Amino acid sequence: MTITGKKERLDRLAELVNRDDERGVSLWQEAFRRLRRNPAAIIGAVILTVFVLVALIGPFFVPYEPKDTIGIREGVVKSGQGIIPGASAEHWFGYDHQGRDVFSRMIVGARQTLLVGVVATLIGLAVGALIGGVAGAAAGLGGRWGRAVDNVLMRIIDMMLALPSLLLAVSIAALLGASLSTVMIAVGMVSVPVFARLLRVSMIAQANSDYVLAATSLGVRKPKIALTHIVPNSLAPVIVQATLTLATAIIEAAALSFLGLGNPDTAQPEWGVMLADAQPYLGIRPALAIFPAVAIIITALGFTLLGEAMREALDPKLRK
Amino acid sequence: MRASRPKAAVAAVAVAALAVAGCAESDREDSGGSNNDTLVFGVASDPKVLDPSFASDGESLRVARQVFETLVRPEEGGTKVSPGLAESWTPDEAGTTWTFKLRSGVKFHDGTDFDAEAVCVNFNRWYNATGLMQSPDVTAYWQDVMGGFAQNEDEGLSESLFKSCAAKDATTVDLTFTRVSSKIPAALMLPSFSIHSPTALEKYDASNVGGTATDVQYPEYATAHPTGTGPFTFKSWDIANKSLTIERNDDYWGEKAKLKTLIFKTISDENARKQALSSGDIDGYDLVGPADVEPLKSEGFNLLTRPAFNILYLGMNQQGNPKLADLKVRQAIAHAINRQALVDSKLPPGAKVATNFFPDTVEGWNGDVTTYDYDVDKAKQLLAEAGAADLTLRFHYPTEVTRPYMPNPKDLFELVSADLQAVGITVEPIPLKWSPDYLNATTSGSEHDLHFLGWTGDYGDAYNFIGTFFDRQKDEWGFDNPALFAQFQDADSTADVADRMEKYKGLNKTIMDFLPGVPISHSPPAIVFGKDVTGIKASPLTDERFANAEFKS
Amino acid sequence: MFRFIVRRLLQLIPTLFGLSLLLFIWVRRLPGGPEDAILGERATPEMRAAIRRSMGLDEPILVQYGRFVQRLLRLDLGTSSSTKRPVVEEFLERFPGTVELTITALVIAIGIGIPLGYLAARRRGRLIDHLSVGGSLVGICVPIFFLAYVLKAIFSENLGWFPSSGRQDPTIDATRITNFFVLDGLMTREWDAVADALWHLVLPGIALASIPLAIIVRITRASVLEVLNEDFVRTAEAKGLTERTVRGRHVLRNSLLPVVTSIGLLTGGLLSGAVLTETVFAFTGIGAFIYEAIGQRDYPVLLGFIMIISVVYVLVNLLVDLSYSLIDPRVRVR
Repeated sequence: MTITGKKERLDRLAELVNRDDERGVSLWQEAFRRLRRNPAAIIGAVILTVFVLVALIGPFFVPYEPKDTIGIREGVVKSGQGIIPGASAEHWFGYDHQGRDVFSRMIVGARQTLLVGVVATLIGLAVGALIGGVAGAAAGLGGRWGRAVDNVLMRIIDMMLALPSLLLAVSIAALLGASLSTVMIAVGMVSVPVFARLLRVSMIAQANSDYVLAATSLGVRKPKIALTHIVPNSLAPVIVQATLTLATAIIEAAALSFLGLGNPDTAQPEWGVMLADAQPYLGIRPALAIFPAVAIIITALGFTLLGEAMREALDPKLRK
Repeated sequence: MRASRPKAAVAAVAVAALAVAGCAESDREDSGGSNNDTLVFGVASDPKVLDPSFASDGESLRVARQVFETLVRPEEGGTKVSPGLAESWTPDEAGTTWTFKLRSGVKFHDGTDFDAEAVCVNFNRWYNATGLMQSPDVTAYWQDVMGGFAQNEDEGLSESLFKSCAAKDATTVDLTFTRVSSKIPAALMLPSFSIHSPTALEKYDASNVGGTATDVQYPEYATAHPTGTGPFTFKSWDIANKSLTIERNDDYWGEKAKLKTLIFKTISDENARKQALSSGDIDGYDLVGPADVEPLKSEGFNLLTRPAFNILYLGMNQQGNPKLADLKVRQAIAHAINRQALVDSKLPPGAKVATNFFPDTVEGWNGDVTTYDYDVDKAKQLLAEAGAADLTLRFHYPTEVTRPYMPNPKDLFELVSADLQAVGITVEPIPLKWSPDYLNATTSGSEHDLHFLGWTGDYGDAYNFIGTFFDRQKDEWGFDNPALFAQFQDADSTADVADRMEKYKGLNKTIMDFLPGVPISHSPPAIVFGKDVTGIKASPLTDERFANAEFKS
Repeated sequence: MFRFIVRRLLQLIPTLFGLSLLLFIWVRRLPGGPEDAILGERATPEMRAAIRRSMGLDEPILVQYGRFVQRLLRLDLGTSSSTKRPVVEEFLERFPGTVELTITALVIAIGIGIPLGYLAARRRGRLIDHLSVGGSLVGICVPIFFLAYVLKAIFSENLGWFPSSGRQDPTIDATRITNFFVLDGLMTREWDAVADALWHLVLPGIALASIPLAIIVRITRASVLEVLNEDFVRTAEAKGLTERTVRGRHVLRNSLLPVVTSIGLLTGGLLSGAVLTETVFAFTGIGAFIYEAIGQRDYPVLLGFIMIISVVYVLVNLLVDLSYSLIDPRVRVR
């Protein structure tokens, strides 16, 4: 569920990006050219484009209101007696256990799934950046206190990395009570240590790099250095990691729903919720589980393919 | 030699393993024979304790029902009080002393005799409980039925209903109570009133609920040596493999069990239980999901449906939200819910819409109570009359739970909540984990405007349903209705049964006019066995007699 | 080496102390309390208060923590509030299951992952490379509980090859010594018990192995690719050493280091997966039990179990560090 071996790979990723820093902007051009040549990246990008398009505009074109329990109103769905009609001309993916149109729910669910994934990742990124930034700055400032702060923060981060991520998410969810924001916070918190480590290493490496020293000695002011050099150069690994985190966030949100800690407004379609909801009906209508499961797998795959391809594109060593 | 280091390590481990293997010898007897007399039954959770005096969870009670017996017990497949260890029983004129005529020739599993003395030892053990044994989580059922102890150590406890036990001769015993109660003798069918071997109780220090205040620890008796008179004897409890094994009692006084071994195996996930049955891991399981009932039947499994001896209701709290104290609003909610559609679509075949707070199989049910049909316009009109057109209600529902009366709370919540929204009520969903969050939130405080709860009867008496719900002021409902409470008091202390039943009917009428909650449904829980298992009769009280099970050859 | 171990163990003390305080505050912050879990539908406010008093939950939190630490120093972890049995006992009954499951998953992941990753790197760009890289990507993306259901539906419900639940067929009536079922069977020479326990490990093992397998394939592949480009490999090839020697002594050995590191780090992820796998396969282990304990507000179990797991985690990583010196003589632990 988590990208493990995290420590090394994160640190590595941060270093690698910094290696090319002398070339500044050309790093991005170079990476983009490599990306375009990589079939995995193309596949990933196509999957994600379709996913995002469906999520953004799909809900305006769904045939049925996704929360409407048509099948129960019309008396055709009797899930308590094991009767859930499958696909038909009117309902392309059939009804779900509450007599709702599965096709419409899949489409609208894409938006909710994307929302949970993106917000969770942003939360992880923000908190991670804060901790990583403080630690990095403290370490950069040096001195006994700076190193001590850095040390304490990093021990905490290491502890978070060591804790089973799902247990961490479950603990947070148990603490905050079930709500949509709880899911986002819980899933986001799991990725905090990843981002924190990444940014810290990145910042330390940047601060010590030759071009920053050069710029400083040329009399360029510190905020300007930060804006024109350090931030853009730290951004690349963060974008890569965020793409990869989106994939795990979607899967982790599904696991939370499976454990009953998902969005309390359960009528609101979301793939993880739909997959969890389908469990009691696996015996009579496995399709109810297969649709959201396949959608989750494909989307997560899209994010992972693109993220990995970007990582490779930024890592010339792997391209040799 | 560097390369050989791992090999050396492997060799060392192997040698060590062999050395250990040499020391340990198998101490197991050869089981031999076929598996045709061993039944593995899948249950949803581990039993908590093996001494039913301390148990209140269904799985502990299920084991207890096979190992122990009570003075009276429900007829097989029903709720009627019928002979158990006592062959007959009669109250005296005042209705406070009951004389039980005991079966003779019954022996406990440890070989000692069952007699009137043994009965008194048991009742006195419960009655004279001290210290941690008075803790409500230790002796929940005793406190529920009897109210208190010889010497109450907590001021919250009431005077004990039980007064004394007298052994008149070896097979006659008198139980005296402090007042007349509808609970006697039916409550004595509860497995918590199982009769234990006095010798074993003493030998394994059964009443020594020990440890410190923070560390309640059950005595050895309650975890490893339950000794009763039932058709099965306890053999072993393998927590590491989540299985509990009991074996046929070859000295049983009645018809002996046909199975040689009965194993309860814990599989908490509902789907996993079904998969375990179809892959042959287990020979049956309880708490069948309603959606699986028909598929299991059509695959040829022996699916049994229990009579619907339960109630699911929508509770309304009158304290937290002043609007709910208005009868019209409560009536509007009752009219807004399409209970028939809910029962038809979400509950197993055989489920019924409820009009009283207990099923019509219990005496005292009243067909003439006020009913509230599905009527959206009427609901809207009532809301408008009450000036509650823009009502917002916090709706609590439990997650991750299957109750016999409520197979899929989340689905039910979605439907009811859609119905309420259709009449203009705004619903704020509050999902909570069943235990402890949900139970805590719905039975204390006043935040829970609406909530689902229900009840499976302990025995066949109306008071066990409506009395449990409404006979006193409770945080669950948040109302104070002294007239209603007095009506309950009167019914409970009526010794004449026919008279009492009439009073129950009156109570039902009062309750349905007052409408503290909306009774929703009675749904029949299912239990399933393998294709080749026969002999078991479904019981509304989940008192299935595994002793009667056998494999078809 | 000895000093290294001692120092690492000493470092454990402040970590554990900090962790215990954090944990203690966290479990006490959980809404509700054990008294509700115990009483169920029959709870009344008076009963709840009585239980809280009897469990000492009405005392100041610092007093409670002090008592907890005192007992911890005596290695007494208290009694579970839901089962009323000593936490240590509960742990000893459940931990072996998780260990067996984790080891099975690791054996599958390593046994398939390293050869596959190596092969993918050697045959870079060929079909096997694409298949293993693609497969490992999919492996990461499949929700583990869904995979578990699919495995069960196919291999136990339809084909009937493997059991779908539990650690051992309860009708076998095996002798228990350590609660490591395989080990117990070996020690008592109950071969049927050994076979059956192994049989029960296959499906949950595969489900749990999916993610570590994917990770190991990719790390091995990347690491082998890197080593293949190193000068010493070219030198060895140029020297005319047989391909076998080059592969075994130079390439594999040198590329194993990052793989071994990742295995140490995988323990945390495996435990996450164990929560789901154990639930779906009704497998007795600590993952499912901790999850239940959170729901039951079983404070002693939560505190005790997570403390023990952290110690185990640190010890596993210590072992990993020590194993570096076995694989790579250049690494000397100090």
